Amino acid sequence: MNNYDVAWRNFKGNTWKDSIDVAKFIEENYQEYQGDDSFLVGPTEKTKKVWSICEDLLKKELEKGILDVEVSRVSGINNFEAGYIDKENEVIVGLQTDAPLKRIVNPYGGMRMVEQALGAYGYELDPEVKKHFNTYRRTHNDGVFAAYPSDVRKARHVGLLTGLPDAYGRGRIIGDYRRIALYGIDFLIQKKKEDLLHLEKKELTEYIIRLREEVSLQINALNEIKAMAATYGYDISNPATNAQEAIQWTYFGYLAAIKENNGAAMSLGRTSTFLDIYVERDIEEGVLIEEQAQELIDQFIIKLRIARHLRTPEYNELFAGDPTWVTESIGGMLENGKSLVTKNSFRYLHTLINLSSAPEPNMTILWSPNLPENFKKYCAKISILTDSIQYENDEEMRPIHGSDYAIACCVSAMTVGKQMQFFGARCNLAKALLYSINGGVDEVKGDLVVEGFEKMMDEVLDYDKVMTVYDKMLDKVAKTYVDAMNVIHFMHDKYAYEAGQMALHDTDPEKLMAFGIAGFSVAVDSLSAIKYAKVKPIRNENGVAIDFEIEGDFPKYGNDDDRVDQIGVQLAKTFYQKLASHPLYKGAKPTLSILTITSNVVYGKKTGSTPDGRKAGVPFAPGANPMHGRDESGAIASLNSVAKIPYRDCCEDGISNTFSIVPNALGHTEEERIVNLVNLMDGYFVRGAQHLNVNVLNRETLIDAMENPDKYPTLTIRVSGYAVRFNRLSKAQQLEVINRTFHGTM
Amino acid sequence: MKGYIDSIETMGLVDGPGIRMVVFLKGCQLRCLYCHNPETWTLKDAEVITSDELVAKAQNNSSYYEHGGITFSGGEPLMQPDFLLDCLKKCKAINLHTALDTSGVGIGNYEEILTYTDLVILDIKAVTEEEYERVTGHSMAAFQMFLQALKKMQKPVWLRQVIVPGINDDEEHILKLKEYIKEIPNVEKVELLPYHLYGVEKYKKMNIPYPLDGVPAMDEEKVAKLTELLNR
Repeated sequence: MNNYDVAWRNFKGNTWKDSIDVAKFIEENYQEYQGDDSFLVGPTEKTKKVWSICEDLLKKELEKGILDVEVSRVSGINNFEAGYIDKENEVIVGLQTDAPLKRIVNPYGGMRMVEQALGAYGYELDPEVKKHFNTYRRTHNDGVFAAYPSDVRKARHVGLLTGLPDAYGRGRIIGDYRRIALYGIDFLIQKKKEDLLHLEKKELTEYIIRLREEVSLQINALNEIKAMAATYGYDISNPATNAQEAIQWTYFGYLAAIKENNGAAMSLGRTSTFLDIYVERDIEEGVLIEEQAQELIDQFIIKLRIARHLRTPEYNELFAGDPTWVTESIGGMLENGKSLVTKNSFRYLHTLINLSSAPEPNMTILWSPNLPENFKKYCAKISILTDSIQYENDEEMRPIHGSDYAIACCVSAMTVGKQMQFFGARCNLAKALLYSINGGVDEVKGDLVVEGFEKMMDEVLDYDKVMTVYDKMLDKVAKTYVDAMNVIHFMHDKYAYEAGQMALHDTDPEKLMAFGIAGFSVAVDSLSAIKYAKVKPIRNENGVAIDFEIEGDFPKYGNDDDRVDQIGVQLAKTFYQKLASHPLYKGAKPTLSILTITSNVVYGKKTGSTPDGRKAGVPFAPGANPMHGRDESGAIASLNSVAKIPYRDCCEDGISNTFSIVPNALGHTEEERIVNLVNLMDGYFVRGAQHLNVNVLNRETLIDAMENPDKYPTLTIRVSGYAVRFNRLSKAQQLEVINRTFHGTM
Repeated sequence: MKGYIDSIETMGLVDGPGIRMVVFLKGCQLRCLYCHNPETWTLKDAEVITSDELVAKAQNNSSYYEHGGITFSGGEPLMQPDFLLDCLKKCKAINLHTALDTSGVGIGNYEEILTYTDLVILDIKAVTEEEYERVTGHSMAAFQMFLQALKKMQKPVWLRQVIVPGINDDEEHILKLKEYIKEIPNVEKVELLPYHLYGVEKYKKMNIPYPLDGVPAMDEEKVAKLTELLNR
């Protein structure tokens, strides 16, 4: 038997053996699991030892900001010696550097960010490295700023466009790390070489020349991944022959990605069901028992939990914490109606119990009403216990991306290995609305940002007039936004190309260019106020509206009221169409998200008072959430409003919604809570919604909710028969609720 | 038909089985010492809604309410019997599970109302005349009338009692309650609800003296023990 026959013993199907097709391999070989969670086991001694060392290090890291950083070497797939946490107890190995939680400097995105980040934590870059990058090498950031048009610079300065990946890694690219396990590196190199030859036969246009250079870089990267694995004593030339190897090979692929890049979101993809095939084969062959299977998964997850990137403290403030978005997509369905749930889907979620709750990896359930009931209930149970799962609608995404897609970051779907994304942060549509009223002048800084508009001097704002001007304003804003994105991704490819990750894609994958909206609910409510109430601008000496007087009531987004919800639907569609009317870099397809993660706070800070009554500096609602306190008839009305925003052909990069509840309000008993949460998810997603982040609050988060109500929209805390919502209570009362809600349970 | 409501909670998870729309109707004759919804006593500041609008809202949310339904609460839903009956009929016409969260003190044709009610969530204020009057400011006779209708109609019942420190938080009271509810047919569940202070703020805003001023919130662990005693 040759190496492939050994590795592929007992695997069904043939087509995936000739050309790279992981999806087909999964379909033909996985075993759906419809049972419950009773087979799961606790952590092994080895896992406990490794994790306890990590826990100590994580504590130290939290005190210091960062534990350590290597300043004399830079990022790269094979730039560090092998590193271990506790070598004899690690069943899955590999660290970004030679020590756990020691961070990498990545100057390819930009030197300024590196120097700021190092400075903030009291480190200094090795003078040699500094000299090299400042003298001999340009960075992504250098390239971008050499080419940025003046409109983009202005829009950036005032915060009309914010969070653009022009000084750091773009991320959001998911390598198909599974390919290494299934095929081995040599097979992948062979295929890339064939592609390279094939490209010779085409007209050598600029596109093809660039692609040929990229594929060459990818081949180099694959060789480096192999060499990096060898430093850990593994030869990954050939496919994995058992579960341990399959997980290890897959992890080496991901590890290469986070050694080479520090993208904003470095997501894992969809590995659990793929790896389950190897686990099941080992169990059948009698060489693996459940304890060992869980040990492999636990230890894989430990590695994902300690992935780190070097960022500035401001960046961490923007995104609340030190996030890496190692998103793993779990569940989902096949076209034939069978679910992709396996025992490994359970094992992954079970790490939240074995290793206690954690935000990373970002476990994302691809929900369908047709998922096995036992799995749905288990997800709900883990949500209630750990507050660490998000849910996304497989029934909406599968028709677009097929059944082997994964989520990057929070809500961005792409077919694994066949689509990649050009990440593009967000445009502040609430600010753009103010510009329509203020003749393109920024209400906070006073700069003229968008030329060619006159200030609206009406005593009371006229809806039709505002809409006409807003439409023209959005034309201009969309053009500026597209310009920024085209420049950014051109330069990112040129100076900070993700060769390792792209080597684990098809050679010419489909590109999605992901635009985003911030301030959605503020813009929508403002338009509703202008339409249904009387809104009078209060202007400063320069005629810029710095506040608004509102007479009368108006329908507010979040109450399932079409009068306002349809304004939102129209706004999203309009903005998308404007973006889509421009040519995009590398022929990318435009997508749009309504997602702010936690940057809604910063966007709010940079935006003046708005016609909906929101005061200057007050945080926006996160993502597509209605503004907190404006929903008057409970969470379902609020969910319904969000569910109306069209996903397909409009917001295909995701519509993020956050829902908060305390365990007691979900039901009186554990069983009731689980069933109610399952029914809630079914009820929401059947309406065509895309995403739900379920916050089941504990005492600490509830106190945080009191201090920062904007972070916990539609917070539901209820007792039987009592008619009021948490955000309507006084501070003292909220404290009382907190003390009572968690009485005896903490 | 028009009704007067205080508010609608579209996601009620603790007033009946499953996910439910909870409609808080205005108006109540009782003045229970521990009432936490004093804004629902009268029709003042009511939102006017038609039964068609209300049922349309519920139907629009049917993807959530499939395993839950709708609960009429208040206030006292039996104070608007015609509107209530109209809503119940229309809910049943679209196959929605209906629950009536009531003190049993209202007006109207109870038997007809119960015909269209799938579950009665009945608040047992007290089990003796004397205590009933002390807690509610009302005689027990009206409640007895509803109880007669309920016994006749044989509908599933969830019983509730609010447990207040110094009023009914002792074993003797719970044992008496246990005896009392033996007489009520089809009881599926008995919930003891710990008295809480969430109503205080509402009284302040409405400038009404708070009847239980100084009484602390009920200890939940103690209620759990009493519940155990009740179900033993």
